[in-house]
Amino acid sequence: MSVSHDISPLIRPRSKILTRFGREVNWGDFIFRRLTALLAALLIAALVAITVAMVRGSAESLAKFGLGFVTAHVWDPVRDVYGALPFIYGTIASSLLALCFAVPISLGVAIFLSELAPAWLRDPVGFLVELLAAVPSVVYGLWGIFVLAPWLRDTVEPLLARTLGFLPLFQGQQRGFGMLAGGIILAIMVTPTISSVSREVLRAVPSSLREGALGLGATPWESVRIAVLPYARSGLIGATILGLGRALGETMAITMVIGNRSEISASLFAPSYTMASVIANEFSEATGSLYLSALAEIGLLLFVVTVLLNIVARLLVWRVGNQPLGGSL
Amino acid sequence: MSVGSQSKISRPNHRRGSAGDDKSRWDEVSVSALVPKMRTEDLHAYFGQTEVLKGISLQIAEKQVTAVIGPSGCGKSTFVRCLNRMHEVVPGARATGQVLLDKQDIYQGDVDAVRVRRRVGMVFQKPNPFPTMSIRDNVLAGLRLNGERPDDPDAVVEKMLQRVALWDEVKDILGRAGTGLSGGQQQRLCIARSLALEPEVLLMDEPCSALDPIATARVEELIHELRKSYTIVIVTHNMQQAARVANFTAFFYLGKLIEHDRTDVIFTRPKEPRTEDYITGRFG
Amino acid sequence: MLSRYARRKLADVVVRSACVIATLIALVPLISVLYYVTVRGIGGINVEFFTELPKPVGESGGGMGNALVGTLKLVFLACAFGIPPGVLAGVYLAEFGESRFGRLVRFSADVMSGVPSITVGIFVYSLVVLQAKHFSAFAGGVALAVLMLPTVTRTTEELLKLVPESLREAALGLGVPKWRATLRVMLRTAAPGIATGVMLAVARVAGETAPLLFTAFSNPFWSSGLNEPTASLPMNIYNYAVSPYEEWHRQAWAAALVLLLLVLLLNISARLLVRSRVGAR
Repeated sequence: MSVSHDISPLIRPRSKILTRFGREVNWGDFIFRRLTALLAALLIAALVAITVAMVRGSAESLAKFGLGFVTAHVWDPVRDVYGALPFIYGTIASSLLALCFAVPISLGVAIFLSELAPAWLRDPVGFLVELLAAVPSVVYGLWGIFVLAPWLRDTVEPLLARTLGFLPLFQGQQRGFGMLAGGIILAIMVTPTISSVSREVLRAVPSSLREGALGLGATPWESVRIAVLPYARSGLIGATILGLGRALGETMAITMVIGNRSEISASLFAPSYTMASVIANEFSEATGSLYLSALAEIGLLLFVVTVLLNIVARLLVWRVGNQPLGGSL
Repeated sequence: MSVGSQSKISRPNHRRGSAGDDKSRWDEVSVSALVPKMRTEDLHAYFGQTEVLKGISLQIAEKQVTAVIGPSGCGKSTFVRCLNRMHEVVPGARATGQVLLDKQDIYQGDVDAVRVRRRVGMVFQKPNPFPTMSIRDNVLAGLRLNGERPDDPDAVVEKMLQRVALWDEVKDILGRAGTGLSGGQQQRLCIARSLALEPEVLLMDEPCSALDPIATARVEELIHELRKSYTIVIVTHNMQQAARVANFTAFFYLGKLIEHDRTDVIFTRPKEPRTEDYITGRFG
Repeated sequence: MLSRYARRKLADVVVRSACVIATLIALVPLISVLYYVTVRGIGGINVEFFTELPKPVGESGGGMGNALVGTLKLVFLACAFGIPPGVLAGVYLAEFGESRFGRLVRFSADVMSGVPSITVGIFVYSLVVLQAKHFSAFAGGVALAVLMLPTVTRTTEELLKLVPESLREAALGLGVPKWRATLRVMLRTAAPGIATGVMLAVARVAGETAPLLFTAFSNPFWSSGLNEPTASLPMNIYNYAVSPYEEWHRQAWAAALVLLLLVLLLNISARLLVRSRVGAR
């Protein structure tokens, strides 16, 4: 039994449409390319649509308050007066605080996993660190309310007040909920981001640099410090900025532990309010178009800042893989 | 360069290489065997601006094995890939001139390359069975991917695997992944896969260069068998292999066809000095 | 006084220890979260939890059946809207993506993966909820799909590019048209890896709350179909956790346990899928 031999002619007349509109010879290729292109365009369309939606939503507030929105600190829905300063402060302060914790720890993790750990330990530990990123934000929030905050209130904050209470950072009522809790929980959430990107960056450093230093008799730490880190520096900064972007946009966990009071205070024990939190709390109940518009404008600010940070971070990380070997020793 | 005489010629049994003593290497070359199955007319091939083939006019005799030899970079792979329009798959690659399959130019405007490749099959240097498919499915892959459903797939699988002398080795493990075989077995599987489409011509681009000597010998035996039913063009950088398996040999150098004749002529009394230099090992 | 060499050795040891300590500190919250969620959540897990509706405050008992179904509904919608376009867009980038248009698509995907999820919620709110004048599971699904889309696209692109060209050549050599060769050979070969990436994306999206705040919202009852607001595990955890009721806190822990198990299951299966493929080679 043989297979039916394909006796169809070699010539296959090309439809006029195909010839006019493209280089493909058959309908299958033609449709395939255009259909997939259309869906790829969906990504561009989505980004543009989000931008447009945010701008249009903020139009009223932008018109009414202009640049002063960013510096005004009164947020009064009753009198329809809105100023975003407390939220901007809360967002930036909590994120920077988070970075203070997260950057040294993430760098430590990254160096441990890429330079110091024995091979059999790398995958399991790396996996565990990535699991940190898998835990949903709201679950961290839950844990923050019932475990972290009480622990801060009962153990950490009294200790800090006793030992370092002369600093305005550690004064005031100790509730557990507040800037410190927010900073810690954000730090936990951005650590996997910063450490995994840092690991990639460190991996991209050519091993010849490392080996060169070791060959000169440097200790492992010295070879990292002298040869690897300077080369990877811009990439590590990029990793940090990616983490910062992530921290700025974080919503649920921080809303649940930061106290949600729009005051600007120097103390870490005081409650605060972030941009994402005010949107989360007030958007669904906002009445009045100016109120909604002000909230949308906060969303727009958040959007623009995170997008810009994301772009800068990627450029920095990309640079590490493409540097000439000279680096910056 | 034209093919040699048109009268019946019989020649003594030559034994070269290690693949079995009792097979005659040189069959009687009769007139009908000299009908060209494929022919190229002034074929030029380019990668971007670089001209890789410079006006090749060559005849491929039907149901014979034609070897294409030459040093690296002489254009032999490119030539063979032009015979089934695979050359243009690489971005920026193009070809001009004519390539005639049974007197029909496959480069003519309206010809569908996909249909050409059904009739002119190809086996590649590195065996490439589909990793997500079993041995059985690999054999049937060409048919299935073209939407054809043979009435009795198992019969097709057995027949094709018999044809490549693989049946006895794999008949009990047809469900295993295609990549689970040795290199030589994988290459024979790829040949079976190509044959399942019942092509008229089989192009082989250095099919043995990734194989060990024993696997190579088996593939060469196979080529000798297949010659009865298919026209075969084989690219090889191994002159001994050309001498073992091919009826005709074409020598390429720097994109040009230098000489094309019966294999024994090429290797014993070549007409061109460059041919002689190559086969005596002065370069390449 | 330590010799110069001894000091350097000491510095090396100190820094190495610091890195180890940093790693341990990083893992403490993970262990703490896993511990508390398990310990405090396990008590609330019973048949009621999976099948009943929430009871009014004050009454004990009740469950989160509607939230479970809701989360499943939302994940299903997110996959339906997010995976096919994402995979095909990824195919486009891998096959035809070396052009200005392709670079723009890639850029958009990368940018979008960094956008705060609450912004996506506002976007879908203005796009869908405002038009329909009510919250819906559909809107929630769209929001989650928008979150998934960039990840699925980039994963598909990267994995397709890893498939050796020799397979495409083999298919073309058999007289298969280009588009079929791409779909039925290249994509099929990359499929397990893409599935892994998709599972990780689903795991992330299943736990998202912020985009649901203004889209799927919440619902104390069973939501029928896709056009009504729906309860979901993350939303319930949030609402219950910030409430003042002890009973609701208990349920929040239980819901967190279920959600965490779901997410961890997806994550671990995805990694095992990768490992088994690599091992079988």
